[in-house]
Amino acid sequence: MSIVTTQSAAEMKARNKQLIDEALKIYPEKTAKRRAKHLNVHEAGKHDCGVKSNLKSIPGVMTTRGCAYAGSKGVVWGPIKDMINISHGPVGCGQYSWAARRNYYIGKTGIDSFVTMQFTSDFQEKDIVFGGDKKLGKVIDELQELFPLNHGITIQSECPIGLIGDDIEAVSKAKSKEHNGKTIVPVRCEGFRGVSQSLGHHIANDALRDWILDRVSPEATPAFESTPYDVTIIGDYNIGGDAWSSRILLEEMGLRVIAQWSGDGSLAELEATPRAKLNLLHCYRSMNYISRHMEEKFGIPWCEYNFFGPSKIADSLRKIASFFDERIKEGAERVIAKYQPLMASVIEKYRPRLQGKTVMLFVGGLRPRHVIGAYEDLGMEVVGTGYEFGHHDDYQRTAQHYLKDGTLIYDDVTGYEFERFVETIQPDLVGSGIKEKYVFQKMGIPFRQMHSWDYSGPYHGYDGFAIFARDMDMAINSPVWKKLKAPWKDTPAPGLMAAE
Amino acid sequence: MHRSGSAYARRRANLVDKPIAEKESAALTQNAEHVLDHLDLFRGPEYQQMLAKKKALFENPHDQREVERISEWSKTREYREKNFAREALTVNPAKACQPLGAVFAASGFEGTLPFVHGSQGCVAYYRSHLSRHFKEPSSCVSSSMTEDAGVFGGLNNMIDGLANAYNIYKPKMIAVSTTCMAEVIGDDLNAFIKTAKEKGSVPAQYDVPFAHTPAFVGSHVTGYDNALKSILEHFWDGKAGTASKLERKVNGKINFIGGFDGYTVGNIREIKRVFELMGIEYTILADNSDVFDTPTDGEFRMYDGGTTLEDAANAIHAKATISMQQHCTEKTLSFVEGHGHEVAAFNYPIGVSATDEFLMTVSRMTGKPIAKALERERGRLVDAMADSSAYLHGKKFAIYGDPDLCYGLSSFLLELGAEPAHVLSTNGGKAWAEKMEELFVSSLFGKNCSAYPGKDLWHMRSLLCTEPVDYLIGNTYGKYLERDTGTPLIRIGFPVFDRHHQHRYPVWGYQGGINVLVKILDKVLDQMDRTGADYSFDIIR
Repeated sequence: MSIVTTQSAAEMKARNKQLIDEALKIYPEKTAKRRAKHLNVHEAGKHDCGVKSNLKSIPGVMTTRGCAYAGSKGVVWGPIKDMINISHGPVGCGQYSWAARRNYYIGKTGIDSFVTMQFTSDFQEKDIVFGGDKKLGKVIDELQELFPLNHGITIQSECPIGLIGDDIEAVSKAKSKEHNGKTIVPVRCEGFRGVSQSLGHHIANDALRDWILDRVSPEATPAFESTPYDVTIIGDYNIGGDAWSSRILLEEMGLRVIAQWSGDGSLAELEATPRAKLNLLHCYRSMNYISRHMEEKFGIPWCEYNFFGPSKIADSLRKIASFFDERIKEGAERVIAKYQPLMASVIEKYRPRLQGKTVMLFVGGLRPRHVIGAYEDLGMEVVGTGYEFGHHDDYQRTAQHYLKDGTLIYDDVTGYEFERFVETIQPDLVGSGIKEKYVFQKMGIPFRQMHSWDYSGPYHGYDGFAIFARDMDMAINSPVWKKLKAPWKDTPAPGLMAAE
Repeated sequence: MHRSGSAYARRRANLVDKPIAEKESAALTQNAEHVLDHLDLFRGPEYQQMLAKKKALFENPHDQREVERISEWSKTREYREKNFAREALTVNPAKACQPLGAVFAASGFEGTLPFVHGSQGCVAYYRSHLSRHFKEPSSCVSSSMTEDAGVFGGLNNMIDGLANAYNIYKPKMIAVSTTCMAEVIGDDLNAFIKTAKEKGSVPAQYDVPFAHTPAFVGSHVTGYDNALKSILEHFWDGKAGTASKLERKVNGKINFIGGFDGYTVGNIREIKRVFELMGIEYTILADNSDVFDTPTDGEFRMYDGGTTLEDAANAIHAKATISMQQHCTEKTLSFVEGHGHEVAAFNYPIGVSATDEFLMTVSRMTGKPIAKALERERGRLVDAMADSSAYLHGKKFAIYGDPDLCYGLSSFLLELGAEPAHVLSTNGGKAWAEKMEELFVSSLFGKNCSAYPGKDLWHMRSLLCTEPVDYLIGNTYGKYLERDTGTPLIRIGFPVFDRHHQHRYPVWGYQGGINVLVKILDKVLDQMDRTGADYSFDIIR
């Protein structure tokens, strides 16, 4: 059990404040001043977390953040299964992000589905010097010849594209015309744009709007008959199957999911989305833009929901149902009741093993707040959290709906800060990413990757919660954590003591 | 997990390798007792129906027959010809970009923090990539250049970045490399670092070697070369004008360079053992065997082991320098040779003759005889090959990876009487291909073997479909080829993300040869058990 639980809230707050002050001491003055704005101790009742966010990371501090390309190709576009994403530029970006995000899909890879493939224009020096537009055109032609069943192509710009002044929009338009109006989407997600992945999400959303939604012909014959219960899942990337274990609940309550954005999604689903009655938004951070657009243009309302842990799932199902008639409201209650025994058995099994354990999080997107309820369902307490690339509205939502008094808040945390915080607070679990995983495990702190679900999942929905509970238990209660110290280190041999 | 109970075993047996229809649906419902995750959860009828409906109603799928037709077509000669006619498109390449290699090399120096000047997302990628392979932390900072730096240059990012990194992480040295952003806008590292020092970011005498590592030139092996050369150049040639050049006073030592190597942990430790057996005085340059293998004992070691800065400087006095990977060290070796060293470059020596040649070269350079213990180890490798080669003789292999690794593996397979039929290296060039051809010509078993420089894994797919082989050797991404073509994959290369701890076992030296042999053999024998006729399920092989 960590030291936290033995402290009062006031003591904890004082300790956390001191911790922040101490961490800031390491920095040069200018940096300390800037970092101070990103660190805080949450005061209950406050409207936000009291930190600045979505600002430039400071050079040299070891931020965990990625780039706009990662937000566009890696997050938003990558999971769409029947489109080909060209990593346009040098080879690395596509290579490092190749299949790393576990966006599950059903399809025949390389034939009608392309998610776990790495397509790149592999820029060479001459492409930088003479421009890459001609090469890009050829890349598109070759894709059409070798992968004839692809439903669309996107151009995911890497840093050099914007710097050398290539006109990928012109190439897209010309090639689209040449290939019978094929969907070809240029995305200006060069890695230097913005301050993190976040602008990449926004740019990707805008490209979806301009090059897909805006181009759907209103006269096109719909492939399916609409119903009053048609909804979409927006901002679920189907990591380890998350969207599937969510979709099943929505359908069991009587709704019909006509599109998944973008995990296991298809171009046809994106195009059909304006026909939805309600857009259901899971990852607000990465897809609020397109949801707002559809609200403005098509009058489709959107509803944020949280499918982590039974408490939040039940709240969300009821909230979603409130947009519909009695049939759906009853459906929501029926689903909640159906899974109640499973949830009870999961909690009965795992809560005694996890009760009172403390967690520190540092993740992206929606998770720094969304998973808090799931931990609490297991009797655990989140004592620190922060966003890799959150904005003010994320911190508002976090403060208003999720946080306990005294929680330590760290925005765009640096490697140094995170280590110091964890070292002092000694939580029972850290949930963060691959770059943090081994750092904390070396320190003897149990860890789960909360981007990739540490190669497990799904974590969404009722079925996912059982896996979440199992995984947190296996991390925290692994016998390996008892083996850190060699037994002879505990009690020095008398002979050795005498010799000293 | 202690789930040996028969009920559970039955359940597992019920789930594995059977069509959905045959599975008990009850076993596929989530439950607290035996929690189902993605491996099994979605195989249940409820999910299967849901997914089928999604596809039929909303996905606008191609006709299944059309999908099958294209799938079959993609395996034909005709497709192969189109595929090999590609001029612009790269699909599933087996190479990364320069700065990854630079970060890898810089991590091998004592207390050194790799610092990449350019966009920050790149650094997140390198760190993730290395961590996923080694299952270890990977520390590296970025100068976090954004749009304004793209316009005005990244000088301020360098000034602030060096100051912050120096103060926060207290490195003994900061080794700078670049992302393509900084290269495209033409940032001048030498001038920037000088200015940063003038502005007091780091002390004037502080070591900040730097290398330009554009991602649009070469690959990660090029980046390794550039970074290592920059560090040696820094220490030997007057620290970018801030110190006097070192004067070489030849001693009896040799320098050893491993190159970009996914097995660096096991390999470098094995080489140290071999050198110590022979009583050789040596310096391992860029020794990252400890930093990528730190213990879990309650302490996070951001820096661990590594070539000391003193040793890096004194390496100039060595009589000779050896590189295990020619293609990782072209510039470095020519630089070292320019300082009067005798140099020798190998091509990732694996197996008997390659190790013989390596040891004989070391022996000749140092005047130390090859240790008796190593002779016995050699005999043991030959013994193992004699015991097992019947299972490998005449077997056809496809290999892909970095140019030197491909060469080393091919030469070992030839020694085993196996045929490295397709050898493909995305970052191998014409010179590499010629060298491979020479190797093939030198052996009876190389008669039907070909090298494919500059090709990718989609080319390899066509090769495996049209000219099938028995086994494929490559990195983790080869699993897609294994799935598509049914060619069993033996994981040797970088990265290996989906198998653990491979990097702890050396593949160099005679002992390493045994490890490689066992790895290949295990797959071959497993495959016989798995695919042979029932009566061939022999208990003794």
